[in-house]
Amino acid sequence: MKVLKIIAIILFMTFVGIQFISTIRNQSDIVPVTDLMETYNVPEQVEVIFKTSCYDCHSNNTIYPWYNKIQPVSWIMEGHIKEAKAELNFNEFGSYSERRQKSKFKSILSQVDDGEMPLTSYTWMHREAKLSENEKKALEDWINKMLESL
Amino acid sequence: MKKFKIAMGVVAIALTLLTVTSCKDTKKSDEHLEMDQDGMNHVGDENMEMDQNGMNNDEMMNQDQKTSKATAVLDSYIELKNALVADNTEVAATAGKTVLDALDKFDQSSIAEAQKQEVIDIIEDAREHAEHISENSGKMDHQREHFEVLSIDVNDLIAITGTDRVLYKTFCPMYNEGKGGIWLSETKEIKNPYLGSKMMKCGEIQEEIK
Repeated sequence: MKVLKIIAIILFMTFVGIQFISTIRNQSDIVPVTDLMETYNVPEQVEVIFKTSCYDCHSNNTIYPWYNKIQPVSWIMEGHIKEAKAELNFNEFGSYSERRQKSKFKSILSQVDDGEMPLTSYTWMHREAKLSENEKKALEDWINKMLESL
Repeated sequence: MKKFKIAMGVVAIALTLLTVTSCKDTKKSDEHLEMDQDGMNHVGDENMEMDQNGMNNDEMMNQDQKTSKATAVLDSYIELKNALVADNTEVAATAGKTVLDALDKFDQSSIAEAQKQEVIDIIEDAREHAEHISENSGKMDHQREHFEVLSIDVNDLIAITGTDRVLYKTFCPMYNEGKGGIWLSETKEIKNPYLGSKMMKCGEIQEEIK
């Protein structure tokens, strides 16, 4: 019993301890001219889909949930966002070469089509980010149109 | 007295933890700094190496105009293609890494100024596909998706650099829900890297590249 108590105290203290570790927050008010929405004429419906389901990780501005202030959540999120932005940052889309834009469009298509994106771990907490069949179709139609024109 | 001891114990643990975590924090930022410096040095080194290679290559170019610089890229690309033909996702991943290395070592110094930007774009794009292929052992569909775009990149690259071997640009009309996909093959015989054993013979030669 005493051992259990000590373990509980240690665990609790570790939890308290890691709260002091700070992470870099992914937030910015600036929407650069290279943003996808500035680069192309994106229909409003598709723009909303991108912003609700993709931009939290694939742009320079994350709308954080309240529990992000708690460790180790912010840690995990920081890692995810960093990786996601290196892969594809919609704020920088216009600065990509035409070839890379095409590649990215193709990858978005297949990831969305296969249900790989948005991540299940993300839509689990963000129900609104989950893509309905209609939203999927609108997004895919627009991207297919872009791929034909590029 | 006992309570006091426990309280002291808790405070001690808390203090230790705090020190440990804050130490970690500073250590972390140090590491970042070191890494940044390393990164910078590395880039510098590479540039220097590349310049040197460039000079050597220019000399070599004078001796042999036909020496293609895409040789290592093509070697590894063909290795990757054959792994996908054989439905072997692990070998494909290893080959993907080899393609990545070959792309990183690709020497751009003798590319004409007008085409330099395009070559830079091709390499940048191709790198990402090779990286994905190397990191997705076990997900062959995903590897094949990236292989499709990588094939276009390599095809466009050799259109600029030329090729040291005969290659057949082959088209599979069935891949990707009828959107189709091309690949480069070293043989005339059709061996489909997209469908593998499911439909080995699907495809038609579109072009013979020499």
